[in-house]
Amino acid sequence: MSFLSVAYALLFYGAAAVLIGGLGFKIWSYFALPVPMKVFTAPAPRTRSGAALRVAREVVFFESLFHSNKWIWIFGALFHASLAAVLLAHLRYFTEPVWGWVVLIQPIGTYAGFGLIAGLGGLWARRFVEERSRYISGLSDHLMLALLAGIGLAGLGMKYVAHTDIVAVKAFALGLVYLDWQPLPTDPFLLLHLTLVAMLMIVLPFSKLLHIPGVFFSPAHSQVDDAREHRQIAAWNAALDATRER
Amino acid sequence: MAQKEYDVPVLEDHLPTPHLQRDALAHVRSHPAKPELQKALGFPGELVEDWEAKAVAKLGELLQKHRSLRVYLDACVKCGACADKCQFFLGSGDPKNMPVARQDLLRQVYRKYFTAAGKIAPDLVGAKPLTREMLDEWYVYYHQCSQCRRCSLFCPYGIDTAEISMAAREVLDHIGMGQKYTNEVILKCHQLGNNLGLNPAALRNTVEGLEEDIMDDTGVPVRLPVDEVGADVLLVTPSADFFAEPQVDGLIGYAKVFHQAGLSWTLSSYASEAGNFGMFIGSYDHMQKLAVRIRKAALDLGVKRIIVGECGHAWRVAYSLLNTTSGPWDFLDPKYPHPQHICEYTWDLIQKGGLNLDATANDDKVVTFHDSCNPARAAGMGGYPGGQFDIPRNIIKTVCNKFVDMHPDTIREKTFCCGGGGGLLTEELMPVRIAGMKPRMQALKQVMDEKGVTHMAAICAICKSQFTGVMPRYGMDPYMIVSLHQLVNNAIQLGTKE
Ligand code: SF4
Ligand code: SF4
Repeated sequence: MSFLSVAYALLFYGAAAVLIGGLGFKIWSYFALPVPMKVFTAPAPRTRSGAALRVAREVVFFESLFHSNKWIWIFGALFHASLAAVLLAHLRYFTEPVWGWVVLIQPIGTYAGFGLIAGLGGLWARRFVEERSRYISGLSDHLMLALLAGIGLAGLGMKYVAHTDIVAVKAFALGLVYLDWQPLPTDPFLLLHLTLVAMLMIVLPFSKLLHIPGVFFSPAHSQVDDAREHRQIAAWNAALDATRER
Repeated sequence: MAQKEYDVPVLEDHLPTPHLQRDALAHVRSHPAKPELQKALGFPGELVEDWEAKAVAKLGELLQKHRSLRVYLDACVKCGACADKCQFFLGSGDPKNMPVARQDLLRQVYRKYFTAAGKIAPDLVGAKPLTREMLDEWYVYYHQCSQCRRCSLFCPYGIDTAEISMAAREVLDHIGMGQKYTNEVILKCHQLGNNLGLNPAALRNTVEGLEEDIMDDTGVPVRLPVDEVGADVLLVTPSADFFAEPQVDGLIGYAKVFHQAGLSWTLSSYASEAGNFGMFIGSYDHMQKLAVRIRKAALDLGVKRIIVGECGHAWRVAYSLLNTTSGPWDFLDPKYPHPQHICEYTWDLIQKGGLNLDATANDDKVVTFHDSCNPARAAGMGGYPGGQFDIPRNIIKTVCNKFVDMHPDTIREKTFCCGGGGGLLTEELMPVRIAGMKPRMQALKQVMDEKGVTHMAAICAICKSQFTGVMPRYGMDPYMIVSLHQLVNNAIQLGTKE
């Protein structure tokens, strides 16, 4: 087993630990934080299922974004849908035998690789050409796009520029899952791809990628409009009842 | 030196998204609260010595108390979808009035003191220390946000700049940087029960005057009772309704509706204010104390039902926050177990055939309706989502033959703020108020030109004051603005039903 293979194996264990631990902690802390009052953005659904559906529409269709900015919606939707397809297609590296539907979507995954780059390209271009976006974009916003684009381009590079032995890559991936380490091919595109993926996993819980859990926890979207019927209160403000005059 | 002329925006036939005008409104700063005022509200009189530590501690406390704040500060991806949605940006081009940039003033500080990334790589993630300059920017730009929540509507994560500006104001108050206008109003309300500082005798005088006016006008003895123990209904209304034009015509409208319905009702001199400026400064304590006045008045008077007059943020508090701050309201009539909006009451009555209305009385008008931000985006009406849009329109259409809506992108939940809400209705913020009113004025001008609109109705005391105060600067007639119940007032046929 080469030093490189061991280094990458350790890198991915570390990255996975940071991702799961960091994100898990964030989700737990969002969950644990008090919601002392109703702050839904109206008009809001009157039932729990209605509010769940509202959040689902935001997650799946980017409903609010659709109403606010068609360009961001098109590029954002293209990027996210492509990313989802690519991630699902990548399941073939972690399953043996490969699940039937994962086999079926492989061709989609290939196209999605290009969709992902196109979506990112559009989002990134906005940050240069559109005055308001230019103003609000920080270094980390550009770097995040660079990171994602780098992952995508390196991935496409393996397919179209310099082929990688994906059977060996799969053996490496499965080896990580089953704690039976296997050697990793050393093609530059592969190493770049994997390095950037590990970086992404590590920065996710500390970056604006927290919009992933955030979208589920936003009170504006997730709260039910039952303010009149249900007394929304948290421990800290319930305690203040005792200080009231009546 | 000549008095500074404000730049009044020119209205075009559409609303262009402005190019960035850096610092266009940076010089417009609302007056600070004097030390005595700050102290009277339990805040430090002036900027405290260790303001950095105190401010960070307060922010930390708020982050532990509100999930919304934490999630909103974490989740923004800087997509810019909200950037062109704020009326203060649209009217001024000042980039710090883009909601995301306004949020970032606080987010940069949050990153610096409360996130790992901001501690490790501050330049990368735009984390900044809380400096004196930063405090000044907070003070300026968090007092240029009317907390209208239009940005939240358009954000993919619902990020609500109102929550962030309330938090910032709460922090500022706690280090001695309160705003004069809002804090004065809060103090008056604590002391006398209303924002205008009317004492009970003056209140009684005022409403007696109104009773006489109605008698002179109509020959019908319509009462506006004050502090009547045992009345069925407590009316809580913004105190501007007692004085200001056109608000007072709305109050007379409510009184006539109650009169025709034969309702037993009363005002309270103890809770003579529906508005709750405690919300504007993000102070739960002050908001709760003010809200509890209504509860106390209701219990003391023994009423069974509460009706809230035309006031935008008052309705947000009454609908969304009263149960939390001053509930449970289980002593009310189970048929009306929570405070109702005057529009809910009137519309219900109209549907039951309880009012005799003659819409031809308003035939001289072509009316449009300005949805106020707080009813639109922070509350509800009628028990179903969107009732807050339908019910006022239903009433207007019943009492007016000619009603048209403004452009669909400027009404209902997408409505623009009048430009004066959230504690901005003060003279020194006039340039901000003029800028913020531009999108609404543009939409109004369009229906005036195309549909012959002559009047715009509103259900918010602040909207009405802001419009009547600022419209002349746009060369428009302030008398175009009417209270919704002023239209009812015109149409109601007294003496025919009761
Ligand atoms: S729309 Fe929401 S996520 Fe996008 S920049 Fe504005 S606040 Fe941030
Ligand atoms: S809440 Fe309203 S005023 Fe404040 S930033 Fe958002 S859109 Fe602008």
